[in-house]
Amino acid sequence: MADGSTMVVGAPSAASTRPTGSMKMLARRRSMAALALCAPLILLIVCLKVYPTFYAVYLAMLDRRMNNFVGLDNFAFMLSRPSFQLVIFQSVFFAVTAVILKAFFGFVLAHLMHNIRGRNERVWRGLLLVPWVIPLALSTLTWWWLFDPSYSAFNWTLNALGIEDIAFLGSTWSARFSVIAVNVWYGAPFFMIMYLAALKSVPDQLYEAAAIDGANAWQKLVFITLPMMRNIILITVLYSLIVTFADFDIVRILTNGGPQDSTHLFATYAFTVGIQSGNIPRGAAVSLFMFPILATLAFFVLRDVMKRNKELS
Amino acid sequence: MANVSIRKVVKAYEGDVQAVKGIDLEIVDHEFVVLVGPSGCGKSTTLRMIAGLEEITAGEIWIGGDVVNDVPPRDRDIAMVFQNYALYPHMSVFDNMAFGLKLRKFPKEEIKRRVDEAAKMLDIQMLLDRKPKALSGGQRQRVAMGRAVVRNPKVFLFDEPLSNLDAKLRVQMRTEIKKLHQLVPTTTVYVTHDQIEAMTLADRVVVMNHGVIEQVGAPQELYHNPATRFVAGFIGSPAMNFLPCQLVDDGGLKVQLADGTKMAVPPQRVDRYGPFKGKKMTLGIRPEHMTETHDSEKPGVQRMNAKVDVVEPMGMETLVHHFVDGVAVCSRIDPNVHTGPGEILPLAVDMNNMHLIEDASNRVV
Repeated sequence: MADGSTMVVGAPSAASTRPTGSMKMLARRRSMAALALCAPLILLIVCLKVYPTFYAVYLAMLDRRMNNFVGLDNFAFMLSRPSFQLVIFQSVFFAVTAVILKAFFGFVLAHLMHNIRGRNERVWRGLLLVPWVIPLALSTLTWWWLFDPSYSAFNWTLNALGIEDIAFLGSTWSARFSVIAVNVWYGAPFFMIMYLAALKSVPDQLYEAAAIDGANAWQKLVFITLPMMRNIILITVLYSLIVTFADFDIVRILTNGGPQDSTHLFATYAFTVGIQSGNIPRGAAVSLFMFPILATLAFFVLRDVMKRNKELS
Repeated sequence: MANVSIRKVVKAYEGDVQAVKGIDLEIVDHEFVVLVGPSGCGKSTTLRMIAGLEEITAGEIWIGGDVVNDVPPRDRDIAMVFQNYALYPHMSVFDNMAFGLKLRKFPKEEIKRRVDEAAKMLDIQMLLDRKPKALSGGQRQRVAMGRAVVRNPKVFLFDEPLSNLDAKLRVQMRTEIKKLHQLVPTTTVYVTHDQIEAMTLADRVVVMNHGVIEQVGAPQELYHNPATRFVAGFIGSPAMNFLPCQLVDDGGLKVQLADGTKMAVPPQRVDRYGPFKGKKMTLGIRPEHMTETHDSEKPGVQRMNAKVDVVEPMGMETLVHHFVDGVAVCSRIDPNVHTGPGEILPLAVDMNNMHLIEDASNRVV
C-alpha cells in the first residue's frame, strides 16, 4: 500500500521535470533561431544606420580640414550665425505646421472614408493613397511646374478668375507655405490610412453605448474616438515629425532653399554647407542638430504609449 | 419608469429580408419581459429598435406615452446593458458609470452620490478607481449594470448580458439581475437565447421565431400550455418529445403511435380532441411525464415499454434515451432505478400532461 502510493506520487513528478527541461531547451533553441533569422537585418541596420550616425557625431567634432578635434565648437558656431537661426526657425515652422495639417486632413479623410461607405469605397481609398506612392522627387517636379509664375495651371486659373499672378516660390512666406502644402499633400494619406485603421478598431458598441448615455456626434468624437485613437495619433505624429524634420526632396527640388535661404531645412542646409561648400564637419553638425530634441520627445511619447497600451489591452 | 408599446413593428433590410415581421407587444410599467428565441429570430433587432439603434421600417414604438420612432437613443431615456459590456476602456469604473450623468450636466455631488449608491447596491465600491481591463467578467457585468442604474431611466434594456460568462457565474448573475429588479423595479426588456434565463427572470416571456411572436405568457403558462409546436419544443430542458400519432376510437378515444402502441386520452380531454379523430397529429410529451412505472396506478397514466439506448445519470435524476419507431425519445427517471443500454424499461406515460399538435398548422390543440 505504502509502496503503491509512493510510486503514484513519484511517477508524475519525475515525468513532469523532463518536459520542463526540454521546453527550456526548445525555447533557447527557438530564440537562437530567431536571432539567426534577424541577423542579416540587424547587420544591415548597423551598417546603414548605426555606423553612419556615430561617424557623423565623430565628424561633427572635427575642424574644417578634419584634422583636429574641436569638441562642440561647430555647434556653438552654427548657433551664433543668423542664417542658421533662420534654418532652425524654418525647420521647426515647417515640421510643426506640416504635421498639424497632415494630422488634421488625415483625420478628416479617415472619417469620410470610414463613414461614407459604398461600392466605391476601395477605389476612393486607393486614389487618396496615390500621392504617397508616387516617388516624391517626381511629384515635386509636377508641383514645381504647377507653381511656375508664368505658365502654371494655378496662375492660369487665378487669371481666369480675375486675380493677378502670384509668385508662389518667389517670396519668403508664399514659398514657405508652398513647400508646406506639397509636404501635406504627400504626407496626409499616410495619416489617413493609419487613422482609418484606428477608427475601424474602435468597437461599434462603444458608440452605441455612448449614444444611449446621451452623447451627440461631437461628444462621441471627443470622449470615445479621440481617446481610443490616442496611441495611434501619438505614434503617427512622432514618426511624421521625425520624417518631416529630415525632409530633403521637396525643398531641394522646389526652392533649393531660396528665396534668400528662407526655406532651408536642416537636411538641405546640411547638404549646402557639407557637400556644396565642402565643410563636412559643419554639415554633419547641422544634420545632427535635432537629434537630442527628437530622441527625448520619442522617449517620452513611446513611454506614454506603452503605459497606455498596458492599461487598455 | 414607463410602459413600452410595440405596434405592428417591421424591420426589413436590403434585399427584402424581414428580420421582424410586424410584431405587437404591450409591456406595462415595472414589468420584466424577456424576449427569447433561437439565433436570427429577431429578438435582438427588436431590442435595438426599442433602444433607437436600429431604424424601424414600419409600425410604431411608444415609450411612456410618446412615439419614439424618430427620437435618437440619447433622448429616449433608456439604459442598455450589452452582451460584451461595452465599457469605455480608457475610463475608470467611476467615470464609466458617471459618463451619462456628466453628459446630462448633473452637479458633481449628485453624480458622486448616485454612483456611490449604485456601486454599493452592486457591491463594486472597491473597484471604482480601476480600469475595465483590471476587472473580471462578472465585475464588468456589474459595472455595466451600474452604468444603467445610475441614470434612473424609464426602461432598462439587456442584450444577452450573461452570454460571455461561465456557467457558474451566469447562474449567480442571473440571481443578481432578478434581485436588482426587485430593488429598482424599472420596466425591463431582456433578450436571451437561453430559455432557462427567460423562465427564471421573466414576469412574462415572449417567444420569437422567424421574426414573429409565437407566444407571450408567464413562464409557467408557456411551460404547461404552449400554443405552438415551436414553443412546446423550445421551452423546457430536455426538450419535449414529439411522436407522430393518430387519434383512433378503440373502445374510447386513444392515441395510436407509429409502432402501434395505443394510449387512452384522459376523459376530460375527449371532447377537445374528438374533432381531430383520424387526422395526422403529433403527441407532445415532456421527459418528466414519461417516467418509471411506480406511479402507473394513477388515473390517466398509460404504460409502454422502451428499449434503452443511452443512460445519462445527472445525480438528482437520470435521463434515458430510447426510440419509438425510429423517433428519438428522452425520459426522465428516478436515479435509483438501475437500467442499461439494451434493457427493456417499462415506462409510465402521464397522459394528463400530454399535448396534441395538429401537423397541418403546427398549433397545439
